[in-house]
Amino acid sequence: MIETKDLRFRYSDTLPFVLEGLNVTIKRGSFVAILGHNGSGKSTFAKHLNAILLPSGGKVLVDGMDTVDEDRLYDIRQHVGMVFQNPDNQIVATLVEEDVAFGPENLGVPQKEIRVRVDEALRAVGMYDFRDRATYQLSGGQKQRVAIAGIIAMRPRCVVLDEPTAMLDPVGRREVMRAIHDMNRTLGITVVLITHHMNEAVDADRVLVIDHGKLLLDGTPREVFSQAETLYRADLAVPQPVELIYALRRDGVDIPGDVLTVDECAEALYHLLKSRTNTRG
Amino acid sequence: MLKDISLGQYIPGTSVIHRMDPRLKIVLTLAYIVVLFMAKGPLSYGLVLLTLGLIIVLSRIGVRFVLRSVRPLLFIILFTAVLNMFHVDGDVLWSWWILKITRQGIETAIYMALRIAMLISGTFVLLNYTTSPIMLTDGIEQLLGPLKRIHVPVHELAMMMTIALRFIPTLIEETDKIMSAQKARGADFETGNVIRRAKALIPMLVPLFVSAFRRADELAVAMECRCYRGSEGRTRLRTLKLQGLDYVAIAIAAVLAAGIITLGVVLP
Repeated sequence: MIETKDLRFRYSDTLPFVLEGLNVTIKRGSFVAILGHNGSGKSTFAKHLNAILLPSGGKVLVDGMDTVDEDRLYDIRQHVGMVFQNPDNQIVATLVEEDVAFGPENLGVPQKEIRVRVDEALRAVGMYDFRDRATYQLSGGQKQRVAIAGIIAMRPRCVVLDEPTAMLDPVGRREVMRAIHDMNRTLGITVVLITHHMNEAVDADRVLVIDHGKLLLDGTPREVFSQAETLYRADLAVPQPVELIYALRRDGVDIPGDVLTVDECAEALYHLLKSRTNTRG
Repeated sequence: MLKDISLGQYIPGTSVIHRMDPRLKIVLTLAYIVVLFMAKGPLSYGLVLLTLGLIIVLSRIGVRFVLRSVRPLLFIILFTAVLNMFHVDGDVLWSWWILKITRQGIETAIYMALRIAMLISGTFVLLNYTTSPIMLTDGIEQLLGPLKRIHVPVHELAMMMTIALRFIPTLIEETDKIMSAQKARGADFETGNVIRRAKALIPMLVPLFVSAFRRADELAVAMECRCYRGSEGRTRLRTLKLQGLDYVAIAIAAVLAAGIITLGVVLP
């Protein structure tokens, strides 16, 4: 669905490259998390996926359309929607449903169809009951869900979310993550989630780690997080269970290293402690 | 508190006045103002008052709110009235030095005060109280539609108004936050003379403006991501259409206007 070929980018000819030759293919319907610490180039990468930024070198193809092709610009932007960090700065209208309708209105969708899409999109993120509320009265998590609904109403094939939970409290974060997973599962929309919360990446199909504009790791969450050392070197944290097991193994404790979730971690520790009592007794 | 400003003075409701087409309300308000200035003599003024009363009753706003709209302008109304009282020639009732009050002067003063009060309360009930800001901008955009032909950027202006309305609460919230932050570090916004207090506002305005520009930039990118490209090929979730209710309103308004003009211009 999206393919980048040797994608290179710099903001001006005199500045160093922010992206240094990225080759990434994102499959339709997948849930891809992109990790990287501040300044790694992950947001810059995201902005290439719907032609907000154009490559300085290499290519970005969206369903075969080159993002440099200006004639296909609006097709590309309709196919690849984008949700940003600050919900306040991406809501255009005063009323929830008016805001969700903004995208379809721009696409010239007939009036009756807009109504259908707005209702569908609001139901998909669980905000239907708030459709005639003023947007400023909503909580951060609710605003961000409205922003996601605004993109869903454009019927995109892929949604890129650039740290959508960074400004939210834990409750809002949970709400938004649930909405994102629902969108991926029930609507089959490809999700590209840019984040620096490790726990949000754990549930992805695939995790990419970008460091200094290069692809550092690429694989399933289990594969990526088993490389704790590499992640630490890229100034990234790892999920807490992984961190604990890593520290234990480093200190010479004999425990399996492929632990990812809290449950698995508890299981591994249980077995460890049990075997110890057995040998002692 | 500060947040309440955001929706203007719109009082949500479902009365017939609320449900009227905003375009019609704007036109009728203009007609009301014109007719108001054509009224003359107690009979036509009485009919205007009756019209206003009808609007207020139908809008279910409550007289208290209507009077509240007039209160800030009470001084100007009284000032105009008093000025008129002394300036009109006619049968002198009282005089002292160069000041004199005439019977006609008092009459003019009363009419003038009534006219301003009715002007304000009428427009407030029809537009501010019963029309949401979104409806108002929609109405203005469509009414000014014909100006597109002479290249007036009507859609862009309406979009700017919508965005401004949308960001008022956001920026007010931010102002609150910055003020608290500055106060926490010892800033003093309350004491001193006017100049001192104005100076104290500068460290508050700078971050506010910087953040407003940053917001504008992010909003523009977000709008581009949602395929915004001006009014070209754009459809709307809601379109305005005159309904039965609106035609009834037009008919009533026409009869009342004819009555007021006849009583005001022909009879007195």
